Amino acid sequence: MVQPLSYLKESPSQTAGPYVHIGCTPNFAEIEGVYPQDLGHEMITGDVQGQRIRITGRVIDGTGTPLRDAMIEIWQPDAAGLFNSPAETRGTADPNFTGWGRCASDMTTGEFAFETVKPGAVPFVDGRMQAPHVTLWIVARGINLGLHTRMYFPDEADANADDPILSRIEHQTRVKTLMGEDKGDGHIHFDIRLQGHNETVFFDI
Amino acid sequence: MTNGYVNRDRRWHPPSITPDYKTSVARGPRHAPLSFPTTLAEETGPVFGHDMLGRLDNDLILNFAKDGGMAIGPRIIVHGQVRDEFGRGVPGALIEVWQANAGGRYRHKKESYLAPLDPNFGGCGRCISDAQGFYEFRTILPGPYPWPNTMNDWRPAHIHFSIFGAGFAQRLITQMYFEGDPLIWHCPIVDTIPTREGIESLVAALDMARTVPMDARAYKFDITLRGRRQTMFENRMEGL
Ligand SMILES: [Fe+3]
Repeated sequence: MVQPLSYLKESPSQTAGPYVHIGCTPNFAEIEGVYPQDLGHEMITGDVQGQRIRITGRVIDGTGTPLRDAMIEIWQPDAAGLFNSPAETRGTADPNFTGWGRCASDMTTGEFAFETVKPGAVPFVDGRMQAPHVTLWIVARGINLGLHTRMYFPDEADANADDPILSRIEHQTRVKTLMGEDKGDGHIHFDIRLQGHNETVFFDI
Repeated sequence: MTNGYVNRDRRWHPPSITPDYKTSVARGPRHAPLSFPTTLAEETGPVFGHDMLGRLDNDLILNFAKDGGMAIGPRIIVHGQVRDEFGRGVPGALIEVWQANAGGRYRHKKESYLAPLDPNFGGCGRCISDAQGFYEFRTILPGPYPWPNTMNDWRPAHIHFSIFGAGFAQRLITQMYFEGDPLIWHCPIVDTIPTREGIESLVAALDMARTVPMDARAYKFDITLRGRRQTMFENRMEGL
């Protein structure tokens, strides 16, 4: 016998279900007067530095149908590559940028939207630079464990080619599932496909 | 430099596709996820300060009630500790909850169960864990409800929890169940969890010690988030 490793186990995930909006975006769910505003509604809180962008997208199931009951959160550094977090030790992030956004997909169209800035580059664990990207987390009815993924930028071809994560994707044909689509005027569209031929690469991170 | 978060044990969590929970079949990804060590994006996260909370945010009995009214149902206090896999309390964790009313009905325009709405119950609440990771809120016992899956599936009484720890890697949504509810063992969503031990870790115990006499019963629900590795030795992966 050996000494037991008496660590705890993470609480198991359960689906967010169809009514995640009641808890996380109650004003969107028309439960008004409890919180003044839904959390994550605004990422830009003042005179922000960097290039302003708008990210839109949908979460699409295996039948090609956009989810109309999903919740999407994004987390990213500011334009200089710094996170607005106490765990950020490399400097102080732009105080007018939270870096965190939360959006329910539209109950009719399934579209989500974030007003944000283009993130700066951040190093990987081995010190190599990663291409600029936004981290996303998706929950919904039928999703048993929240899904982590990333959106990269189509105008960063050189950085994307050297990105340590993108280069680790076994089937390089799937890299395109992590690329935003430039719609012009700072608008980038990013559809997330849960299944099918173009299933988005999700991360075990 | 950090040593990152402990890898998620994906065999402990529900798999992506669980056919008895039918909705997962078209929504669960089928490819294996890409594994890599947590990066700065997962090791950082936004801060939620206590100053953002309203006075009644953690009181679902009163936070939607009108004109001195109260939500109808058995009054309960739910409390516990948010800790990580190493047993360290997680301070400053944002806990957001949502639930059906005492009759099993949600306040949502897509909800179609025939049980009535309670005009004094909204169904959402939130709190932030204290310096040792402890949290507490007050609510009413939610009712079980039927849902379309097979022709006769009922959710056990439950409260949905969204937990935001210090790092984005710790992001978690789960559900709390109640000790002694026979429906726990008939639920296809509960059953997505692979082990009985895992299921039991989501069942809150009746906690008579924290009951408020003549007022509210108490249930204790501890939540475990992913642990952050700590070592005096640097462990940096090269050339991955
Ligand atoms: Fe529910």
